[in-house]
Amino acid sequence: MGILEVKGVNKRFGGLQALGDVNLSVAENTCHAIIGPNGAGKSTLLNCLVGKLIPDSGSVMFDGQSVLGRKPHEINQMGISRVFQTPEIFADLTVLENVMIPCFAARDGAFRMHAYETVEAEADIRDMAMTMLEDVNMAHKAEEHAGSMSRGDKRRLEMAMCLVQKPKLLLLDEPTAGMARADTNNTIELLKSIRDRRTITMCIIEHDMNVVFSLAERITVLAQGTPLVEDVPDKIKGHPKVREAYLGEAQV
Amino acid sequence: MTDQTTQTGAIAPQADRSRAASGGFLGLGFRDFRLLMIVVALTLLAPFLLNPFPEGSAMAQFNAGYPDLMQRFVIFGIFAIGFNILFGLTGYLSFGHAAFLGVGSYAAIWMMKLVTTNIIPGIIASIIFAALFAVVVGFISLRRSGIYFSILTLAFAQMSYALAYSVLTPITGGETGLQIKSTDRPFLDNLEPGQIGRANLFGIDMRASQILEVGGWQFTFNVGYYVCAVVMILAFYMAIRIFRSPFGMMLRAVKSNQQRMNYTGLSPKPYTLAAFVISGMYAGLAGGLMVAMDTQVGPERMFWTASGEVVLMTILGGAGTLIGPVLGAGFIKYFENIVSKINSDILHGWFAFLPDGLEDFMVAIVYPFVGKGWHLTLGLMFMAVVIFLPGGLVEGGQRIARLFRRRKAADGATKSAAE
Repeated sequence: MGILEVKGVNKRFGGLQALGDVNLSVAENTCHAIIGPNGAGKSTLLNCLVGKLIPDSGSVMFDGQSVLGRKPHEINQMGISRVFQTPEIFADLTVLENVMIPCFAARDGAFRMHAYETVEAEADIRDMAMTMLEDVNMAHKAEEHAGSMSRGDKRRLEMAMCLVQKPKLLLLDEPTAGMARADTNNTIELLKSIRDRRTITMCIIEHDMNVVFSLAERITVLAQGTPLVEDVPDKIKGHPKVREAYLGEAQV
Repeated sequence: MTDQTTQTGAIAPQADRSRAASGGFLGLGFRDFRLLMIVVALTLLAPFLLNPFPEGSAMAQFNAGYPDLMQRFVIFGIFAIGFNILFGLTGYLSFGHAAFLGVGSYAAIWMMKLVTTNIIPGIIASIIFAALFAVVVGFISLRRSGIYFSILTLAFAQMSYALAYSVLTPITGGETGLQIKSTDRPFLDNLEPGQIGRANLFGIDMRASQILEVGGWQFTFNVGYYVCAVVMILAFYMAIRIFRSPFGMMLRAVKSNQQRMNYTGLSPKPYTLAAFVISGMYAGLAGGLMVAMDTQVGPERMFWTASGEVVLMTILGGAGTLIGPVLGAGFIKYFENIVSKINSDILHGWFAFLPDGLEDFMVAIVYPFVGKGWHLTLGLMFMAVVIFLPGGLVEGGQRIARLFRRRKAADGATKSAAE
């Protein structure tokens, strides 16, 4: 029994069957990758996990509870954090504030009217955020304006914002999309260290096979909304069905 | 917003933290405390500051230190401070905030008509009623964002105006509005038959003034003004606390990225609703104070132009900054009351030193911009501010300060180079 159990999920957009009978089981504290050609339904599946989309049928169980019908913030409070394809950060705020907000969310829940305390007085939250920033080597940028940083830094910040919540499951939607080589390698190293700490389950959607094969312990290949194969990376590499699905896309 | 970020960016976090840790300063950081003290000084000394010209001098018409106008400065300051908590922090542009001002006013006048002419219960009632109304309006309007939110709030305000103007005449007095009359018998007051109740604070008449004459100058200290001033200082202090609180940070997060907020386990809706209600309460408080000063109210207080005015005030002064809305309110009210008084006779007086033809020419050019044309001047200034100073008057002030500092630094550099 994995921490995330997806069973018989279907999702239709008009005439398009985006997901057809998807089954997926992600074991706790492992790194599971979902790959597949464009339009395979990877992002749709991810959106079903975080409450952005509701599947037409099927079940999504996380940590023994169903996530279906819950709002995104409720699902996050259950322990699922998400990194977006384009970094979603609070661009108008400072880097430190960006990391403090998830700390507040983790401590105080979805809403708290803490209007009379000052942010300055919240030493615990500030320390927690600073420690996180040190972990991702961004402490020196704490007072910088988050919106004016490079894309690589924004991604790193977004990752810090997710990690500081100590999620049980971290969902990553193409975490290295549009990144320079050096940034990609840094991100891989960061994700590897998270994986090897064995406290967070990771589920990653990725196009870059280099990233996938250096991180994933299990891989699910999705094609036309249906899982094709699920196996360890070495088996996936030479799998004939995978070659077929990717024909003309990339050499696997 | 720019104000926030540049400020936090400019100071070293370490120093700032130690200052906050040292307590003191009413729970404010050093800069905020200094700002509060400046506002306290300006409001308390306003009777002097706004009357810089001696009575009877040609410039006396630019004096703004009379009670009526000073009261309006601070009351609209409160209104704009509250509006800025919603618009400046969350970015939700309400175009119907005058409705809360009106609801507050009606609540206050009924308290004064029925219960007591002491202004305290009236003001409390105005805040409570505005809050209740804001919960309803906010709950519905906040289902949408952006322009649709603005339109929904505008629709609510215009409905309120229309109701107050006609349908609810028994409660609102319709077109003529409500005043305190000699037939009103507030049950807590012991009025003699036929005596008209006067707005008061535990017996002190709001209209009482002390006039101080120094040389040619005349300074008026009005009880009503000082009541309003104290309330505004409190309102301003609370606004600073909200801006610097985790709650305020969440509101800025709402403006910045609601998607990220949702996926960070935070629900934006209750935060925006809370901000909406708080700013509605500020508007209600302003409405209550208006009634406490002039003991009358009419439906035009809820008209959409009144809602638009507070938007102008906030943007002109600097949305998202602490002091901006107060500056904007003062600026617009000054124009409305002072520049609008300049008529063609006064203009002829100014240009009398010119030859006749040229004098008429100058008057003809300037005339459309003053007197009844004050809106034109204000409009042009508003355009200039929005185009050249998107951060409002506050940004203008910051730029001047920076220029000053740079010149100082340059002076220091040349000096040291000469040595």
